[in-house]
Amino acid sequence: MSAETAHHGDGHGHHDGASHGSLGGYVTGFVLSVILTAIPFWLVMARPIESALWTGIVIMAFAAVQIVVHMIYFLHMNTKSEGGWTILALIFTVTLVVITLTGSLWVMHHLNTNMMPMSAHDMRHAP
Amino acid sequence: MMHTDTAPPGTAPVFHLEEEHHPETSTLLGFWIYLMSDCLIFAVLFATYGVLGRNYAAGPSPKDLFDLPLVALNTAMLLFSSITYGFAMIAMDKGRQAATQAWLAITGLFGAAFLGIELYEFSHLIHEGAGPQRSAFLSSFFTLVGTHGLHVTLGLVWLMVLMVQVGQRGLIPENQRRLMCLSMFWHFLDVVWIGVFTFVYLMGVLQ
Repeated sequence: MSAETAHHGDGHGHHDGASHGSLGGYVTGFVLSVILTAIPFWLVMARPIESALWTGIVIMAFAAVQIVVHMIYFLHMNTKSEGGWTILALIFTVTLVVITLTGSLWVMHHLNTNMMPMSAHDMRHAP
Repeated sequence: MMHTDTAPPGTAPVFHLEEEHHPETSTLLGFWIYLMSDCLIFAVLFATYGVLGRNYAAGPSPKDLFDLPLVALNTAMLLFSSITYGFAMIAMDKGRQAATQAWLAITGLFGAAFLGIELYEFSHLIHEGAGPQRSAFLSSFFTLVGTHGLHVTLGLVWLMVLMVQVGQRGLIPENQRRLMCLSMFWHFLDVVWIGVFTFVYLMGVLQ
């Protein structure tokens, strides 16, 4: 983006790496976010896709893309800021988040499907 | 003597040589690491919601409760506040204090609108008997969305404090650094909200 580099020319006292963004960058990010938000809402409210599973997969994909858009245009993530430490911290965090989410859902799903079903009577007399 | 502290005559004074890089960047990196740890808190809350989100205890389900147009409006408020904060940062870069303050005020208004809508939604749910004590689904829902709302509330407090600071001291480097930290915090909350409206509201209504 040419606008991205334009603001680096102004003034000194600037620190390298952490960019404050440019008008073009913010507007691009905003327009993309609006589109990426509106489509999932439309998909769920109007239900053009019959299958709930596929609608779910598609809106999750839109969310993932929108998170990346926000990271790039609003949080100004790149591989070079702070000498790469921000992206490293991000990768580490994303790894932990994925382990936490998939691990919890997976384990608890197995627990739910593999445990013997309990009746209300059993539950009341459970130790 | 008068000139012991001043630069020798003939040389240009140097104001920004020492510590031009380190103090600001280390604060921002530290704040980023804080945000990542905050991200883990939200991950745990999302996981809790994912596990408990279907346990309705014979109570209302997301389909009965959630009002998607209201959530869409709420999302719009947060998105608007994100771009207006971006405009504040651009004005700050150009050293325009009045414009920075104005954009910060607009950001605060959008943030307050978001909070107002969320509180309306919460009070509506509680009034309908769908409070956090109703079922595991609602407990985890209120914890997750409430924690996000609490973050936005504190972000608003921080924003107001910074507006006072900028008003008193102007756009000095310290205030610029603070505004950049709040910028990261604010946009980070928007990122978390993407997860909330997709995973909680849209997926909830879909089932």
